[in-house]
Amino acid sequence: MKLSFLLNGRPTEVDCEAQETLAEVLRARLDLTGTKVSCEVQVCGACTVLVDGLPVSACTLLAYEVRDRSVLTVEGLARPDGSLHPIQQAFIDEFAFQCGFCTPGMIMATKALLDDNPKPTDDEIIHFMDGNICRCTGYVPIVRAIKRAAAQIQQEKGK
Amino acid sequence: MSAEKKRDFQIVNHSVPRRDGPAKVTGKAVYVSDVKLPAMAYAKVLRSPYAHAKIVSIDSAKAAARPGVYAVLTSNDLTGLNLYYGHAVKDHPLIAVDKVRYAGEPVAAVVAQDERTAFEALEFIDVKYDELKAVLTPKEALDKGAALLHERTFEAGALRGFEGEVAAGRGSNICQESHLKWGDVEAAFARAAAVVEGEYYFPMAYAYAMEPYVAIAEVSDNGVTIYSSAQHPFMVRHDLTTVFKLPVSQIRLIVPFVGGGYGSKSYTKIEPLVAACAWKAQRPVKLQLSVEEAMLTTRSDDALTWMRTAVDAHGKIIARQARIYMNTGAYAENSPLVCEKATNRTVGPYSIPNVQIDTYSVYTNTVPASSYRGFGCAQVTMAGESQIDELATKIGKDPYEFRLANVAKPGEEFFPKMRPFDGTLKQDLEIAAKALDWQQTPPKGHGKSIGCSTSDAGAYPLTSTVIRVHADSSVSILTGSTELGQGSHTVIPQIVAEELGVPFEKVRVVASDTAITPYDRSTGASRTTTLMGRAVLEASREAIEQMVRMAAELLKIKTDAIEVVRGGVRCGEARLTWSEIISRYYGLPDGEVIGRAYIRKAGDFSKPPVFWETACTGVEISVDEETGLIRVEKLATVGDVGLAINPALAEGQDIGAATMGMGVGLFEELVYEGPQLVNGSILDYRVPRFSDMPRQVEMHLVENQDGVGPYGAKGGGEASLNSMPSNIANALYNATGVRIRRVPLTPEKVWRALKERQ
Repeated sequence: MKLSFLLNGRPTEVDCEAQETLAEVLRARLDLTGTKVSCEVQVCGACTVLVDGLPVSACTLLAYEVRDRSVLTVEGLARPDGSLHPIQQAFIDEFAFQCGFCTPGMIMATKALLDDNPKPTDDEIIHFMDGNICRCTGYVPIVRAIKRAAAQIQQEKGK
Repeated sequence: MSAEKKRDFQIVNHSVPRRDGPAKVTGKAVYVSDVKLPAMAYAKVLRSPYAHAKIVSIDSAKAAARPGVYAVLTSNDLTGLNLYYGHAVKDHPLIAVDKVRYAGEPVAAVVAQDERTAFEALEFIDVKYDELKAVLTPKEALDKGAALLHERTFEAGALRGFEGEVAAGRGSNICQESHLKWGDVEAAFARAAAVVEGEYYFPMAYAYAMEPYVAIAEVSDNGVTIYSSAQHPFMVRHDLTTVFKLPVSQIRLIVPFVGGGYGSKSYTKIEPLVAACAWKAQRPVKLQLSVEEAMLTTRSDDALTWMRTAVDAHGKIIARQARIYMNTGAYAENSPLVCEKATNRTVGPYSIPNVQIDTYSVYTNTVPASSYRGFGCAQVTMAGESQIDELATKIGKDPYEFRLANVAKPGEEFFPKMRPFDGTLKQDLEIAAKALDWQQTPPKGHGKSIGCSTSDAGAYPLTSTVIRVHADSSVSILTGSTELGQGSHTVIPQIVAEELGVPFEKVRVVASDTAITPYDRSTGASRTTTLMGRAVLEASREAIEQMVRMAAELLKIKTDAIEVVRGGVRCGEARLTWSEIISRYYGLPDGEVIGRAYIRKAGDFSKPPVFWETACTGVEISVDEETGLIRVEKLATVGDVGLAINPALAEGQDIGAATMGMGVGLFEELVYEGPQLVNGSILDYRVPRFSDMPRQVEMHLVENQDGVGPYGAKGGGEASLNSMPSNIANALYNATGVRIRRVPLTPEKVWRALKERQ
């Protein structure tokens, strides 16, 4: 079947089968391998993408569910000029990843959080992010990165 | 190597941003799971439902006839290959031969045009089994008349890296044993002022590297090329030379970014199987395991430790004795080495005059155990550090003060025939105590603990490297060290940039391709900063020596008239950059100078271990007595790292390891019910999440430049795991007076223990 949706701001049409997940379509058919797959049962968050702005596990979402909707993946986050989004930069600045396998999902979940709640408290960050697992960092630098990104986004808005 | 003073560094000892940062935050970082080769086919694996069974027959004709299926692989049709591999003991068939030894063992593989076609064909393979009695614990496996997993003896792997004889297959289920003895233990216990004795358990744990095992193989006239998520590509290469009976030059392993390892991707896993699939199907084949399959591939050895420790009347530890049974599962993998390391690490970071440790690594019909972060040390530190607290309590001493009085001192030969102790545990402990306000009594329902460990780390010192200084002063480093997330591809160029005085941005890392990068034994045992770091430092200096000779020739002066300055040389008024030297030497603004280094078991590295990996952790926990739920409220890590090449990365390793240790202390455990793993999915296997994170965290590094690595560096990254499970048990005792000697300390276990107390 033909699937049409908005992918990282661009109208996209792709052939896929009814049983394919969004993660499969993104990774295998569209070569967008930034979205990672780990647990495949919707508990680790590595495959998090935004569908109409809300975080979704691409590993368990059938691709046809996103027809005529807007999907944002980690590849679509950088600014049009290629510079990094403040969340991406904050993750680098705070050493908020090691192996990097959870990072795209972590960054997309952060995007959803900060879009909804631009100045989250520590408790709000922990509550929102609890569905994303990281095995390397112990989470502490990720929380710091999220706070740094929030401050940066606020500062840019103020300009 | 510690002539340089800390303050002089320009690039080293600074928290330079990660080299792989932009790639990893944009999704551009390539892992093997992202690699697609032209005409690539996909494999799926049929796994045994039985823990122990004879394979009576396999009929794969129906599966092979399905549309889109290229080949079905079973042990019936691999004539020409050597099916058994293993760097320690060659006991592991790449696919089950004649019998299966654990539930989940690969029995057949289908290669097809896509994963779904391969997966759907699996159910058309008809395997007839004759079930055998299974043994699931070391106790069962060592019973008289227990079923044997392996009926024959095995050849030792060429790269076993441990000193003991291979015990596997000698008529029992013992895979390996290791014995350590000095002094007179019996006499010491007889005259002791106080003794504590107990039995402790460390569970089977799953490292959960978020990228499950994955490999792609291609077999051609040029030999075998494999893309793999392996930590140790050179050791995998060695195993494949034996499977395919090919020269080393014809096996090529390429390792791009690896999505987490923590020891679980050490050594050979699925590479022989996927290579055999490619060989049979005559096309490139990818095998991507799921997390559930990864959980059926490798786990940590669980360990049951009986231990006793004695003190004299002055509170000095005078003896320790232990007998340890480690459950190694169906195949040896790295467990013989884990067995030996666990034995050594049972001594702990203490100066003890009388020691006897006897460790048995035992085959059972469970998932094969192998390396797990800090291998062996976490298992036995659970027992050792629990017992230190128990002993302190028994003689009325503060556990922290008791440790201070007994830890090995800098330069002390506390472990006979080994490198003298190269850390400063007293200093480390003091920092941890300060971070926890040790003298301050915690609030009701809270408890504190400080623990420490030291490991004979660094594995075998065999590492080589090449650095290429180009005619524009930029540099390429050829390194076999893999980037698992630990930051090796940031730390290594930091050292080269520091030595050559060139900007960090101009140093590129070319990594982990056995056809290109020089031999490096492994990326594990916290060895990369120390060994590869030392290698690139020496290679840089060798390149500088060559460029000094070139400059002398160009300037028509003697080499000793030349002074090396940042980025080049000086002789009186004359200054030449590396770029000018190379360009003028060759007569073209091109060409290069090649610096090399070989590290072997000689010189600074002649005495094992390469270094003592040393760390302290401290926790304050809260206990909910109604539910038994423990929370770690406060965490302090102290890494005794000699010199942190990149402090932020070193601290990141410490907190990551401590969090993993917290996981095992609180809830991580693979659970078997009968022969089946019952929590073999991330739905059921609980790992730490954001909400488990301690709210107060302090990370400290102790930098006395006392290691043999570059500028006095030593490795870190494993040690902060080791003392966390015992810390949680000790802190529970501190809070409630209840002692639990089996981790994890799940709410149920704690609740029951609290009930029993009342």
